[in-house]
Amino acid sequence: MSSFNPQTPASYKGLHSFLAGLPGIDQVGAEARAAALGTRSIKKESKIWAIDMAISMVDLTTLEGADTPGKVTAMSAKALHPDPTDPSTPSVAAVCVYGDLVYAAREVVGDRLHVAAVATAFPSGRASLNVKLADTKEAVDAGADEIDMVIDRGAFLCGNYGKVFDEIVAVKQACGTAHLKVILETGELKTLDNVRKASWLAMKAGADFIKTSTGKVTPAATLPVTLVMLEAVRDYYQETNIRIGVKAAGGIKTSKDAIKYLVLVNESVGDAWLTPDLFRFGASTLLNDLLLQRQKMITGHYSGPDYVTID
Amino acid sequence: MIGTDRVEVRKTHKLFIGGAFPRSESGRTYEVVNTRGEFLANIAKASKKDARDAVISARTGFNSWSKASAYNRGQVLYRIAEVMEGRKDQFINDIQDAEGTSNKKATAQTDQAIDRVVWYAGWADKYSQVLGNTNPVSGPFFNFSIPEPTGVVAAVAPQDSSLLGLISVMAPILVSGNSVIVIASTNSPIPAITLSECLATSDVVAGNINILTGDPAEIMPHLATHADVNALDLTGITDPVLLAQLEVEAAGTVKRVRKAPINPNWQVTPSLSRIRAFTEIKTVWHPMGMH
Amino acid sequence: MSFQYAPAPESTSIVNIKSSNGLFINGEFTPGHGTPFKTINPATEEVLAEIAQANQEDVDAAVRAARRAYDKSWSKMPGRDRGKYLFRIARLIQERAREFAVLETMDNGKPIRESRDVDVPIAAAHFFYHAGWADKLEFAGFGSNPQSLGVAAQIIPWNFPLLMLAWKIAPALATGNTVVLKPAETTPLTALLFAEICQQADLPQGVVNILTGDGETGRMLVEHPDVNKIAFTGSTAVGQAIQRQIAGSSKRLTLELGGKAANIVFDDAPIDQAVEGIVNGIYFNQGHVCCAGSRLLLQESIAEQTIESLKRRLQTLRLGDPLDKNTDIGAINSREQLNRIIDLTQSGEDEGAQRWSPDCVLPAKGFWFAPTVFTNVTQAHRIAREEIFGPVLSVLTFRTPDEAIEKANNTPYGLSAGIWTEKGSRILGMANKVRAGVVWANTFNRFDPASPFGGYKESGFGREGGIQGLGAYLTSEESS
Repeated sequence: MSSFNPQTPASYKGLHSFLAGLPGIDQVGAEARAAALGTRSIKKESKIWAIDMAISMVDLTTLEGADTPGKVTAMSAKALHPDPTDPSTPSVAAVCVYGDLVYAAREVVGDRLHVAAVATAFPSGRASLNVKLADTKEAVDAGADEIDMVIDRGAFLCGNYGKVFDEIVAVKQACGTAHLKVILETGELKTLDNVRKASWLAMKAGADFIKTSTGKVTPAATLPVTLVMLEAVRDYYQETNIRIGVKAAGGIKTSKDAIKYLVLVNESVGDAWLTPDLFRFGASTLLNDLLLQRQKMITGHYSGPDYVTID
Repeated sequence: MIGTDRVEVRKTHKLFIGGAFPRSESGRTYEVVNTRGEFLANIAKASKKDARDAVISARTGFNSWSKASAYNRGQVLYRIAEVMEGRKDQFINDIQDAEGTSNKKATAQTDQAIDRVVWYAGWADKYSQVLGNTNPVSGPFFNFSIPEPTGVVAAVAPQDSSLLGLISVMAPILVSGNSVIVIASTNSPIPAITLSECLATSDVVAGNINILTGDPAEIMPHLATHADVNALDLTGITDPVLLAQLEVEAAGTVKRVRKAPINPNWQVTPSLSRIRAFTEIKTVWHPMGMH
Repeated sequence: MSFQYAPAPESTSIVNIKSSNGLFINGEFTPGHGTPFKTINPATEEVLAEIAQANQEDVDAAVRAARRAYDKSWSKMPGRDRGKYLFRIARLIQERAREFAVLETMDNGKPIRESRDVDVPIAAAHFFYHAGWADKLEFAGFGSNPQSLGVAAQIIPWNFPLLMLAWKIAPALATGNTVVLKPAETTPLTALLFAEICQQADLPQGVVNILTGDGETGRMLVEHPDVNKIAFTGSTAVGQAIQRQIAGSSKRLTLELGGKAANIVFDDAPIDQAVEGIVNGIYFNQGHVCCAGSRLLLQESIAEQTIESLKRRLQTLRLGDPLDKNTDIGAINSREQLNRIIDLTQSGEDEGAQRWSPDCVLPAKGFWFAPTVFTNVTQAHRIAREEIFGPVLSVLTFRTPDEAIEKANNTPYGLSAGIWTEKGSRILGMANKVRAGVVWANTFNRFDPASPFGGYKESGFGREGGIQGLGAYLTSEESS
């Protein structure tokens, strides 16, 4: 459960001042810290632990125009049993699809996995609030228990923080009991200062999770951007005692990458966040690499693409 | 016969400290004679307390001189040259008395000395472009090195070359913003005293330049051990034992020491090494990242 | 559930330490004539090797070799060719990088990640950089025909053994001098491996000579009449002794001595990066850094919360086996150094400062000291004044930029300083006022061969690196 303070127009100035007063970030320093954490050497039993944890944090995703019920059904089955030859393999955290295919996912996973739907005119976010809310409600009605919304980056970049805030509040209400992830689309925000501001804005407006990217814009998730978001979440926790989750989405393809993110979480916000309830990977191809690495750790030899399923 | 020979007003030669002309607090003087052994003047004999006072003035002077813009420092040095030019005849007489040279040679030395001040004046807003630079470090950093004045410098002027040598030691120390305590040539101090009168009427900040007369062997050890003196210029020390002693004493506070040159030729246009010797290179790093 | 990192040790099989080692004189390894001593691994106290002690005879032989090499080959060699030898050396360091890194960690106690990612690459970079200067000296601003000095005696400390060797040898050779270098007593091994590199590069014999030994060897080297130039990095006390020793001679001297740098953090600092900068500033290399940010000057308005953030960050530091790739804090280099750190930290407690360390398990064998923070420190405390040379941070506060400058400059040292603020004019304004030879603004502990390094006041004189660093090894014909 998150807390939020609905702001009236009169207090937008308060929101602006608050965001302006957040500490700045030195890009070079932040990148250096993220890179340094990426040099941690995670081997043997800690690598196995990390791989299994990463698998359990995956939101297995398909968000293509060409998606069909068949595609979603197959992916959902894999989400439940990522490696049919090894039942000890953990299942993923969620499947992530467009709102109109939520039903197909739900049919396969039942109550065993979360079903996350992207909503609010994903990925661009360019539509009226009514359209965005309708998008959200339909996904929730169809059975999504997690909603991944996008913020209005245009509004953010022209300084209309109040509009961005209000939309998140409204979408959160439309979610009902569903969990809200707020996508910042960091690749369009560009500066780390913007990422910090957007993170705080989203948390104050009611986000349960803040998410880096839609995956449709490059760069998507990066270690420095995720570090900044984790630091915002840490600071928010210091202030409110509430833990907000972070989802790194897009561009994370290999186990090595995923493990770097886990190290990042471990050494920034701390190991309380090393749970699918507070950290997720938005990914599609990552899962197979995790499975291949898992197989290698268990069998002792390198595995190959024939030994993991394509959906 | 009587009434046509005017009685001269003779000068009392005093120290130049903090922009003023005090006698030595010790009350002592010593006699200076010309090359024929004829009495020239009683010169103030600086004591260690005078040296101490000079350091205090020099530090105060440094605090404002070092903050002056390069342009400003160049202007001040140029003004010194202007005032010297106006006193040319006096300098020529002083040099002839002190060094026993011909009028022609004394004139040449004076001309060169003034021209050297002008030369150094022109360096004030340029030497940092030659001694400083940006550094191409590998990484997203802007990195630059700049020369800064080291602080208070105690210098011993050459024993010979009572004006040109003196200027050639003092001016490069001042150009970069240091303040200086100069011990004039023991036997030929009078041009230095005339110079101090020029300084008092130029735009020099009080304490920036201090000129002491006396025995370097007596005064310099106190300056060499003084913790608020940053560097020594030992150009005018001729006694190798004293030279070594001063270098030992300088080590107590890790002072920068410029050793005495061998057979210096003051007439040749100098290099930048005297300016460089009394600057500290400061190197600054800052990340470059627009995000 | 917590994420434990399994041990990730770097293998030591790549190094080949000889049980008994000689001196490197005139291109060959030759026994020393003094009483040999041992070098140990400070993380385990295990003896690594026996090291030769150079006595007067050996010092004389080395200087003679350096002189002969200078007279007969090196000073006659065109700069272009000197440069090519330096390029060879740079390449060989890169080729044997892993070996150098592991050896450095074993002999010094620093984490392998630092040896591998900082010490060895920057050492190679120094040789690359200076190689290119060898045939361009007339453009460096020291006159149209600058000359080398002759034989350089170089004495280096134990904190960055290979890197300090590179800082000394590269510019000396590039400018046409020959060298006799004495590594620190506790860290001779990478210097001896470097001697092998010199052989592999076919460097003319006598151009580089390595004399292992203690302070006595250093003294004999400094006093040798046929040495033209001395370069020393180490404590202020020894630097002063050297300065006294050569008084009256024509020997040239540069000194790189101690420091007690102020790391100044303003309320508008990029705070997360500032915390990293604070940590890096004093805990990198176990605090065995002359330019360490050992005095944190925190703006009073953010002091409490920054100290909390700092403590939280320190809890993630990993102290332990230096050969483990995940280790952040390695061993203290020697028992002597450890005792010094213990004494000074005790004085901090005695004088009333508050002491704190993160939870840290210190291994049973070896020399270890947990990262330590003292708060409520004032300028009058010994721990704010004296160089501890260990992982101990003293935290003081200030109210205004002027007060920060006053406190920062109120020390006989002047090697480095850090400034953390997002305000551009303040960055430059503070950099202008702080009396230090190296100023890191919104960063810390950055080194590069192109960037001159050295101090003001009792931190020494002369610069190493960059164009200015060449001046220490050159002379130009001057008229006055």
